[in-house]
Amino acid sequence: MIKLFSLKNAKKDGESPKTGTQKKASAAQLRIQKDITELNLPKTCGTEFPDPDDLLTFKLIICPDEGFYKGGRFVFSFKVGPNYPHEPPKVKCETQVYHPNIDLEGNVCLNILREDWKPVLTINSIVYGLQYLFLEPNPEDPLNKDAADVLQNNRRMFEQNVIKAMRGGYIGQCYFQRCLK
Amino acid sequence: MDEENLHRKLSSLRKILERSGPFCRPDFEPSPESLKFLMQNCKILVVGAGGLGCECLKNLALMGFRQMEVIDMDVIDLSNLNRQFLFRHKDIGKSKAVTAAKFINDRIPGCNVTPHFCRIQDKEPEFYKQFHIILCGLDSIIARRWINSMLTSLLVYNDDQLDVSSVIPLIDGGTEGFKGNLRVILPGLTPCIECSLDLYPPQITYPLCTIANTPRLPEHCIEYVKVVQWPRENPFDCCIDGDDPQHITWIYEKSNDRALHFGIRGLTYRLVQGVIKNIIPAVASTNAIIASMCCTEVFKVATSCSASLNNYMVFSNTDGIYTFSYEAEKNENCLSCSHSIKEVPLKSLDVKLKEFIDILKYDNAFQLKNPSITAKISGKNKTLYVENIASLEEQTRQNLSKSLFELGISNQTDLIVADSTAPSTFTFKVKVSD
Ligand SMILES: [Zn+2]
Repeated sequence: MIKLFSLKNAKKDGESPKTGTQKKASAAQLRIQKDITELNLPKTCGTEFPDPDDLLTFKLIICPDEGFYKGGRFVFSFKVGPNYPHEPPKVKCETQVYHPNIDLEGNVCLNILREDWKPVLTINSIVYGLQYLFLEPNPEDPLNKDAADVLQNNRRMFEQNVIKAMRGGYIGQCYFQRCLK
Repeated sequence: MDEENLHRKLSSLRKILERSGPFCRPDFEPSPESLKFLMQNCKILVVGAGGLGCECLKNLALMGFRQMEVIDMDVIDLSNLNRQFLFRHKDIGKSKAVTAAKFINDRIPGCNVTPHFCRIQDKEPEFYKQFHIILCGLDSIIARRWINSMLTSLLVYNDDQLDVSSVIPLIDGGTEGFKGNLRVILPGLTPCIECSLDLYPPQITYPLCTIANTPRLPEHCIEYVKVVQWPRENPFDCCIDGDDPQHITWIYEKSNDRALHFGIRGLTYRLVQGVIKNIIPAVASTNAIIASMCCTEVFKVATSCSASLNNYMVFSNTDGIYTFSYEAEKNENCLSCSHSIKEVPLKSLDVKLKEFIDILKYDNAFQLKNPSITAKISGKNKTLYVENIASLEEQTRQNLSKSLFELGISNQTDLIVADSTAPSTFTFKVKVSD
């Protein structure tokens, strides 16, 4: 172990060496830059940065090319906080979607966005998780219970409802805005 | 207190510092100088004047440390008084840092504690640089990470060799109910907070679908109101403030309705407060134990009388008393403490960004693949170029044809570079020959 303070020159004021005293980028910022540089978007996904100098706030756009949601265009907002990656980013779906795991306010039920988040996961993991939700909606963990019940009991009707919602229209009491590409 | 009295009071410290012993570090030289250093020169910053901070200030002052500063942005609350013993009922509403400093200075003659009633982020690097040792007793991971990255940014390297005099040891204590932990960090030398972020347990969260459809616990109801109903109804046109009784009352009423609806018992106002503010009941004895260990480590680092804790200790007194210490490992790719400042020699700052990136890609010294570059320029984050994300590439493309000078880059600028070939980010600096 090294000796840190030699008692002879124990005075600390002013004489310390020419360090870079400018503030460094925060740990969250370094990490998000690394995540973004390594982001490997599937061809169905794109991003938008409202302010390119702010890498902590952006949108992910998913346009599924297969499954129930083929032809739709879904926008998710990402907000990465100062405690990233200790805490996951806040992700909301900005497009109204008829989906068992996404409610009408845009809350998304994806385990790695909450209870199963770990600092080793990256933005890439979330992108793949969200993409998977559109390929395999999961009626077991519903946020939109009506949609989940329909998917479980009548796949054909679920499929029709999804198409109807994406074209713009009512499913029961709820109006969905058109979100076809 | 006269000299003789003081002499007697510190006699046990003298026994440790003025003679050798089997646990001394090999480089330890018994002498009265250590005590003199400790009392006259050694400058210590205590971050946080809460449960741990009060204990630490008291311990350090009684151990002979005189030059201390304490920083805390909080004011004293009634609920602090059971364990934050430097505060009295009349102090409610006053600054913790100011009140604690005054108490210690009044009580211990010769002790000189300087308070700072502000956020840690309000202080400049110059402030942190003046201390020999920093002792952290915080309950916030964000704040810990901030101090950690401040201390790693103060490290000085000469030709890739760490200048040891720029290392400011960080002693970090934390408690949660009956559990506590302590770590000794020598930034740049031993694992830092970011090296082992996984060691910090995540906040308890529940699956969204559970709290939405099948709540079983009162906490589920509160969490639902917090994450779904509040944003939906936005009752006060702002974010939740856990210290605002109106906010807590609103959440209490809504979650109570929900609990009734699902037949869930046990929902109280206090529980709502606890869940929203993420309060873990503080236990005075845990604080006292962790603080005493923190201060022992400060003493050891300051005097080299004994080897430091290497480097992480967990403590629990839920069932009996349990401690365990082990050596957490340094992450060679840590984004915070792995040293990787690289210099890029350039003829002038007229070099275009595109040419600079080509150097990073094609010069044998670097060989990067798709470097993304950001920098802090006049205090603001700037994304200079990102190659692999189509939208960002388009937005930053126009920078390629600008010169470094036009972009505001100088010899001083830290250029943060990430690349898919590297597990960590690099800091590049340009070095203009003249
Ligand atoms: Zn580290």
